[in-house]
Amino acid sequence: MKVFRDLLRDYRFFWGFWILVMMLVFAGLSYFSPYDPTLWGEVPRDMRPSAEHWLGTDSNGQDIFWMATFAVRNSLTIALIAGLVSRVIAVTVGMVAGYLGGKSDRVLMFVSDSLLVIPLFLMIVLLAMLIRNSMNVVSLGLLLAIFGWAWDARLIRSQILSLRERDFTKTAVLSGTGTLRLVINEYMPYSTPLIFSTLINNMAWAIGLEITLAILGLLDLSIPTLGTMLYWAINYQAVLLGRWWWVLTPITLSILLFIALYWLSVSISEYLDPRRRVQRVGAA
Amino acid sequence: MFFRRYLIPRFIQYILVIFFGITAVFIIPRLLPNDPVMRTIGELRARGATLEPGAMDKIITDLTQMYGLEGSWFDQYIAFWQRLARGDLGVSFFQFPTPVSTLILTALPWTVGLLLTTTILAWIIGNVLGAFAGYYAGSRWSQALDGVAMVIRPMPYYIFAFALLLLFAYAVRWFPVSGGAKLGMQPGWNWAFIQSVLWHSFLPALSIAILGMAVWFQTMKLVVQSVVGESYVQYARLSGVTERKIVSRYVFRNALLPQITGLALSLGLIFSGALITEIVFSYPGLGTLLYRAIINGDYNLIMGITIFSIFAITTAVLIVDLIYPLFDPRIRYS
Repeated sequence: MKVFRDLLRDYRFFWGFWILVMMLVFAGLSYFSPYDPTLWGEVPRDMRPSAEHWLGTDSNGQDIFWMATFAVRNSLTIALIAGLVSRVIAVTVGMVAGYLGGKSDRVLMFVSDSLLVIPLFLMIVLLAMLIRNSMNVVSLGLLLAIFGWAWDARLIRSQILSLRERDFTKTAVLSGTGTLRLVINEYMPYSTPLIFSTLINNMAWAIGLEITLAILGLLDLSIPTLGTMLYWAINYQAVLLGRWWWVLTPITLSILLFIALYWLSVSISEYLDPRRRVQRVGAA
Repeated sequence: MFFRRYLIPRFIQYILVIFFGITAVFIIPRLLPNDPVMRTIGELRARGATLEPGAMDKIITDLTQMYGLEGSWFDQYIAFWQRLARGDLGVSFFQFPTPVSTLILTALPWTVGLLLTTTILAWIIGNVLGAFAGYYAGSRWSQALDGVAMVIRPMPYYIFAFALLLLFAYAVRWFPVSGGAKLGMQPGWNWAFIQSVLWHSFLPALSIAILGMAVWFQTMKLVVQSVVGESYVQYARLSGVTERKIVSRYVFRNALLPQITGLALSLGLIFSGALITEIVFSYPGLGTLLYRAIINGDYNLIMGITIFSIFAITTAVLIVDLIYPLFDPRIRYS
C-alpha cells in the first residue's frame, strides 16, 4: 500500500492509473449495452452525436458509444491474454536461463535473440492471412503471446543473474532450500515490479498490433475492437464524408489507452531505480 | 581471440537465424490441412480476379512448384531452398507474371530512402535537443519539451500519419498527400525528379520523424542527466577543466555511446519500416507493396517480402554488431 501511495505522487502514475480505471469502467458498461454489437442496423445510420446517441451512430447502424464499450473491452482482453500468457513464457525462460546458466542459458537466449531479429510483424501477417476468419479475441491474444516474450525474458534474466550473485542466495542454497522454492519465495518478490512493468509495455504493444492488423483487414471483422472500428470507419470513407465522430472515438480512446499504459510503465520503472526514486520522493 | 570467441559464434548464429526464419516461412502455410494451391486459387476466384488466359494454368504449376508440392515434405523443403539459392521468389499472382523479386527491388529504394533519411534526421535532432535539455535539466523549456515528449512517445507511429494527412489534405494544401513523385514522371537522376521526390516525401517523413525525435530526445536527456551527476565529471570540474571541454569531451561523448547502439538497431528495422505510413500516403515503398499483397491475397508476394526482410534485417544487425567496437573502445568481445 505504501508503494502504491508513493507511486500516486507521480503525476504520470496518477493519471495513468485513473485513465485505466475509467477505461475498465467504460469496458464494463458493455455488459449493460441495449444493443447487440454483432448485429447491423440496430439504430438509424450515420447520425450525429445527440442526446439519444451520445457519440452518434455509424454506417453499419450501430450506436458508437455502446460499440466503443465493446471495443475497449475486447481490445483490453486481447492485450491481457497476450500479456499474461507471454509473461508466463518470459518469466519461465528468464528465470531458467538466468538461474541455470550454461547451456540452457545459451539455447534460450539464442531463441529469444532470434525472435528479436526476425520480422515478427510479417510472420504474424503470414499466419493471419491463413486463419483470418478465426482470428478472434482469444486466438489473436495467444498468437501475440507466442511472439511477444523475447525482450522481456532478457530483462528478467539479467535481473535473476544479479540476484543469483547476492549473499542470500548462497545462504538459502546452503541451508537446503530447493531451487523451486528459492525462485518462488526469494526471487519473485524482487522480480514482481519488473514483471508488472513489462506486462504493461507488452499490453500496449499488443493493442498497437491489434489495431494495425485490423486496419489491414486481418482480423475477424465482426468482432468490435478499437482496430476493427477504425477499419470500418476507413472502409466507409468516414473521414472523406465528414463523419468525424466515427473516426475520432476509437482514435481518442486508443490514444488515451496508450498514454495511460506508457505513463504507468515509465513511472513504475523509475520507481524501481532507487537512485531516481530518492530524487523524486525528495522533490515531492 | 576476438575471431574465435566472438566472430565465429556470432556468424553461426546469423546463419541459424536465417535458417530457422525461412524454415518457419516454409512451414506456416503447411500447418493448415487443406491444399495451399487450391486454397489460393479458390481465394483468387472468390475475389473475382480477372487473369489473362492461360495464366491460371501457369499459376497452378508455379504454385505447385513454389510450395514444392511434389514429393515428401523433405523433398519439398530441399526444392524450396534450391529456388531461394537462385534468388527466385516466384511470381506475383496479382501482377502476373512479374517476378516477386522485381517488385521488391522496385519498391526497396523508396522505403530505404525514406526511412534512412528520417531515422538519421530524427536521431540527430532528437539527440541535440535531448543533450541540451539534459544539461539544462532544471530550466523551464527543458521541462516543457520533456512533457511534450511524454505525450508523443506512447503514440503508435501511424497516428501522426493520419493527423498530418487530415491537416494537409483538408486544412492547408502545402504539400502533396499521396504518391512518391509527380504522376507520369520518369525516375532518373535529374533535378526535377529529385525535387519532386523530396516534395512528396515531406509529409510521410515528418510523420515518422516526430515519433523518432521524441524517442531519441527522451533517452538522450536521461543519459546526459545521469552522466552530469557522475563523479568523474565533478572531478574534472573541480580540477579546473573548462565547462566547454567537460560538455564536449566528458558528457556528450559518453552519452552518445548507447545512442549509437540504438541508432544501429533502428537502422536494422528500416526494411519492415513504417508500413501504415506508406499506406496512408500511398507512398510506393515496401509497405504499400505489402498492403496491396494483403488485400489481393497475393500470398507469394507476402512470402517473398518476409524472406527478403529476414535476410535484410539479420544482415543489418550483424554488420552493426561487427562495427560496434569501433565506437566503444571498452568492448573487446572477450
